[in-house]
Amino acid sequence: MTPPTKQPPKQKSANPLPLKERMKVPRQHMLEQSPLERATNFTEVNLGYSEELARQEAQRCLECPKATCTTDCPVGVKVKEFVQLIVAGDFMGAAAKIREDNVLPAITGRVCPQEDHCEGGCLMGKKVQPLGIGYLERFVADYEQGHLDISNLPKASPTGKKVAIVGSGPSGLTAAGDLVQQGHQVHVFEALHTPGGVLVYGIPEFRLPKQIIREQIDYMRAMGVEFETDVVVGKTVTLDELMEEEGYDAVFIGTGAGLPQFMNIPGEHLNGVYSANEFLTRINLMHAYEFPKYDEPMLDLHGKQVAVIGGGNTALDAIRSALRLGASKAYVIYRRSEAEMPARKEEVEHAKQEGIEFRVLTNPIEFLSDGMGWLGAVRCMRMELGEADASGRRRPVPVQGSEFDLPLSVAVIAIGTGANPLIQSTTPGLNTNKRNYIEADAMTQRTSRRGVFAGGDIVTGSATVILAMGAGRRAAKSIHEYLTTSGEW
Amino acid sequence: MFKILYAEFLAPGIKRFVIEAPRIAHKYKPGQFVILRLYEQGERIPITIEHSDPERGTIRIVVQSIGKTTNLLNSLNTGDSILNVVGPLGKPSEIEKFGTVVVMGGGVGTAMAYPTAAALKRAGNRVISIVGARNKELVILERELREVSDALMITTDDGSYADKGFVTDKLRQLIENGARIDLVLAIGPVPMMRAVAEMTRKEHIRTIVSLNPIMIDGTGMCGGCRVLIDGKSEFACVDGPEFDAHRVDFAVLVQRNSMYRAAEQKSMEEFQRETMKQLETVHAGQTGACAVEGDGR
Repeated sequence: MTPPTKQPPKQKSANPLPLKERMKVPRQHMLEQSPLERATNFTEVNLGYSEELARQEAQRCLECPKATCTTDCPVGVKVKEFVQLIVAGDFMGAAAKIREDNVLPAITGRVCPQEDHCEGGCLMGKKVQPLGIGYLERFVADYEQGHLDISNLPKASPTGKKVAIVGSGPSGLTAAGDLVQQGHQVHVFEALHTPGGVLVYGIPEFRLPKQIIREQIDYMRAMGVEFETDVVVGKTVTLDELMEEEGYDAVFIGTGAGLPQFMNIPGEHLNGVYSANEFLTRINLMHAYEFPKYDEPMLDLHGKQVAVIGGGNTALDAIRSALRLGASKAYVIYRRSEAEMPARKEEVEHAKQEGIEFRVLTNPIEFLSDGMGWLGAVRCMRMELGEADASGRRRPVPVQGSEFDLPLSVAVIAIGTGANPLIQSTTPGLNTNKRNYIEADAMTQRTSRRGVFAGGDIVTGSATVILAMGAGRRAAKSIHEYLTTSGEW
Repeated sequence: MFKILYAEFLAPGIKRFVIEAPRIAHKYKPGQFVILRLYEQGERIPITIEHSDPERGTIRIVVQSIGKTTNLLNSLNTGDSILNVVGPLGKPSEIEKFGTVVVMGGGVGTAMAYPTAAALKRAGNRVISIVGARNKELVILERELREVSDALMITTDDGSYADKGFVTDKLRQLIENGARIDLVLAIGPVPMMRAVAEMTRKEHIRTIVSLNPIMIDGTGMCGGCRVLIDGKSEFACVDGPEFDAHRVDFAVLVQRNSMYRAAEQKSMEEFQRETMKQLETVHAGQTGACAVEGDGR
């Protein structure tokens, strides 16, 4: 870790740009691969800031006394402070400042929906474009990676307490990173063969390169976190065995919402119909796009018509992957209008630039066979928006007689996920809600079981990386309190 | 890394491995399987566990060379390692006292039927085992099955050993002779399981089959292994692998298992061309890493 950096004096800013000038500077764009070029490769779309661009962008910060960017961040990154360190040219100091609150900056800098958090809270955004906080975070994290020596990170003095983290996705990694810094022995269990959870199997290379995840996990190893892959808690070992036989003082469950939902319409079993989890896992975790260099196969999409059903980030990840695998037509089929799409705006824009067609207000009602057991087309209905539903969004209503068939070879269903029941069904006394998500206190992440904490999608249902990280952070704080006090429950 | 403590061919193309996997050995129950991956570029494939020894911390699997991965696996020997082994996955077989149970194993399916037959015997059932193979050389686990069976019948397709014919011929004889059968367990190639299901459906004999569709994670996450059960999707990895044979849509199973046939053939051809090079790749990954810290990169 770098030595503590000099803080700029409270009143005086290191920023050479006068306050009133800052709004006049436009937001610095991040370089991107051109749409035509990137639509044929899996290399990252965004190419990053140069040092100069980063400092120019950082200078736009208004240094608001009330930092809504920080309060709107689920893990409370001290945005104003790290941005000022960038202005001062102290990039390693900026990285250390982010790491006080966020152990995965290179990941959040890439996949966070900043418009809903820090940048959504940025005062400048009310008048002009908000400060590029995500881009700056990414720049700092990448700079750190290139300059940091992780061989000798400082270690906290051991507390003698053992914590098991179940799942190595964003919530588990965050909790692990925070807890190891408190001196607890932290052991992370992962069901798959590579740590990272949804970051590895769900998010494609062009949005989050695997190398970045490996580096972040190597950093955590260097901090002292132990990883054990190929362990399905609930099958390979139960939660009770971890606590009673393996001596863990506390357990954090961050297993995610990994049970794919299907539409339950006719033809879903046809060859060529995938869940988004399967489609993306084949590509991301198993490298099927590099077949036959890698053994896991997938259907050849060259010249094929491919559609994804759904309008979230997962849907866009899937269809943009299909395009890169050679699909001649790539559709997003979504039953509401574009305004209701849960996907990040940047991703929707990127997808459109790449040539993906959006068929909104359209809902599939049947997958049709080509007569040989393979998908040949999807039958859809047009929809219109009616009254607002429970989610506050206008409910899509089918237009009678509007059925039409769209020729299709591959369909990817990305309409959400449910709770994987493996832990709940093997852990007596662990309360769940009616959808089988684990019940946990919203502040302490405590479950009904003494010493057991839970957070992320397995508590809330499908959400974002940063919200899961927020839960991991709250859990770590709460676990530390539990382990260092009388341990009341 | 999971060390192979012992490996031996049971028949041409069928190999048995004893693998060091203490966690899995400790939790295993008959009917469950593992998913394994041989090397960094490898695919994940499900393999049924044949036996476990919790005290020694070992499991046994029996593998038939079919595609690239199984051929590569069967090229490994005592002292080699497997990069990833995860399990035990799936629901255990339902073991209780049913009365008379007919356990049917087709080909390498015999190795999967064996542990359940043994457990059913221990639970006090009368176990009649029927084992079928293409020829004499491919009959496996005869001695083991005989030990746990009240009666053992063997068929070979070509008549080179025991009775010529199929396992279903023996089942038909049993039924025609009026034998009381409370449960049939059939594990083997899909056409065999389907034929058994058709035969017992008419007789209203409860029948269990163990399905082996294409899988990736084996934890219910990807949904690739979905099978149609009474017209509804279920996941073989977490809801199975054993299902009521009379509710299974075998046509869909056959169709879904054919999804990657072209790619599988391509892999196999490449393997045959470059067997030694592939083996070197596997061995190259077997230096130093241990199970705890090995993250399979």
